[in-house]
Amino acid sequence: MEHKNINLTLKVWKQKNGQSQGRFETYLVNDISTEMSFLEMFDVLNERLIKEGKEPIAFDHDCREGICGMCSMYINGRPHGPWEGTTTCQLHMRAFKDGETIVVEPWRANAFPVLKDLMVDRSSFDRIIQAGGFISVNTGNAVDANAMPVEKDKADASFAAAACIGCGACVAACKNSSAMLFLSAKVTHLALLPQGSPERKTRALNMIAQMDKEGFGACTNTGACEAVCPKEISITNIARLNQEYLYAGLTADK
Amino acid sequence: MNWSSILSSSIGKKIVMAVTGLFLISFLLVHMGVNACIFKDLFDPTDNGDMFNRAADYMGKTALIRIMEVVLFAGFFVHIIQGLILEWENRNKRKKGYAVNLGNKGSKWYSRSMGLLGTILLLFLILHWWHFWIPSRFTHAGLENPILLSNNRVSHDMFKLMTVTFSEWWVVVVYVLACISLAYHLLHGFQSAFRTLGLSNTRYIKLINALGVAYSVIVPLVFALMPISMKMGWVGF
Repeated sequence: MEHKNINLTLKVWKQKNGQSQGRFETYLVNDISTEMSFLEMFDVLNERLIKEGKEPIAFDHDCREGICGMCSMYINGRPHGPWEGTTTCQLHMRAFKDGETIVVEPWRANAFPVLKDLMVDRSSFDRIIQAGGFISVNTGNAVDANAMPVEKDKADASFAAAACIGCGACVAACKNSSAMLFLSAKVTHLALLPQGSPERKTRALNMIAQMDKEGFGACTNTGACEAVCPKEISITNIARLNQEYLYAGLTADK
Repeated sequence: MNWSSILSSSIGKKIVMAVTGLFLISFLLVHMGVNACIFKDLFDPTDNGDMFNRAADYMGKTALIRIMEVVLFAGFFVHIIQGLILEWENRNKRKKGYAVNLGNKGSKWYSRSMGLLGTILLLFLILHWWHFWIPSRFTHAGLENPILLSNNRVSHDMFKLMTVTFSEWWVVVVYVLACISLAYHLLHGFQSAFRTLGLSNTRYIKLINALGVAYSVIVPLVFALMPISMKMGWVGF
């Protein structure tokens, strides 16, 4: 691919803390290599801002290889930017044209309050996992990996759901700020495997109860979550979660 | 978890929407079937709505249908109230919105506009009741002269009420617009209801999607043809 340097105008959301108002700040960034990732472009800008004695832009990042789920920028009206199936850290500057204006916003949802600039508090996801995203395992020697037979198709579907990195793009894209794609990935991951069956009913009931408590909305099957998911989690998982919930709701003892 | 907490959870509310929605979808088929009797006039000009009036008379005199009428109103009530509550709640989950919106990049406009389409349908429903249901049940406005049906029963001339109502252009336009809203409401609602009830099997989803598109096109089209046919004089006296 042809390499070149481009100049861009960035409109970035700046907000001091959760209590302050926040506004867009415009930055001109010049001589940005198209080989850079989106986050590296922010690094360049931040180094310049520090040298100029200005406040750098706060943003979340960790692994920078698309598996940690920390980077969370809403770029030009799409979570993780214009490319499909990529996180912000995997988005490269060749996705943009020279002279383009890029608008960068944090995830917007009541359940994801802004901490500073582009950083939001996603601990609501952790509490949903704590409510039911686990299995019971006996202590002692590790069980032989092949002792429990699993059908290949189910193992594959479970694995595909387990690819969810919990970045929150589904919530950011959903008009209802619903976390159903995230929950459905976590529930599907465990529900399709024999190891997940002991807590099968309480898992669906408790995780949904926690999701509602955290202030996420209800799913209306619009499909926006699936379209923006960097791990391409299928919306079919939401139907499976509904099925799990209906089954648990009808048959749970208490 | 007791029943009320399950039904009032986010999925529970959606299940209520799906079940009442599918019930209303089944009602639409019956409603369409009965009203399509007006089209006998196309093949038999001497009919003058006799077949339709007999069907309407049957619906009015049958006990089971009258009981189902009450259930139907309950279904409408729950679907409308729950829908409005859900729309309101979901909108409030994002107090601060985006400067640039995702828009049509991830979802269809009608999938995101179920609340708006539903509200249009509610307004239409009020007009529709005022046009037909209230006169036939209570006021008998426009139904002052009973007629003798071919099965020797004396009945209201609902066919005449239809022709009179649909002789006005604005009524025809409003009904056709309502049918378009209904089509888009169904285009999302039909398949969404099945997904909400847990249909995750890929084979069935394909079938449901195809059925949903067919239903959303055919049913509103047949309904829309009723006022159009009467205004154009294809069906009438």
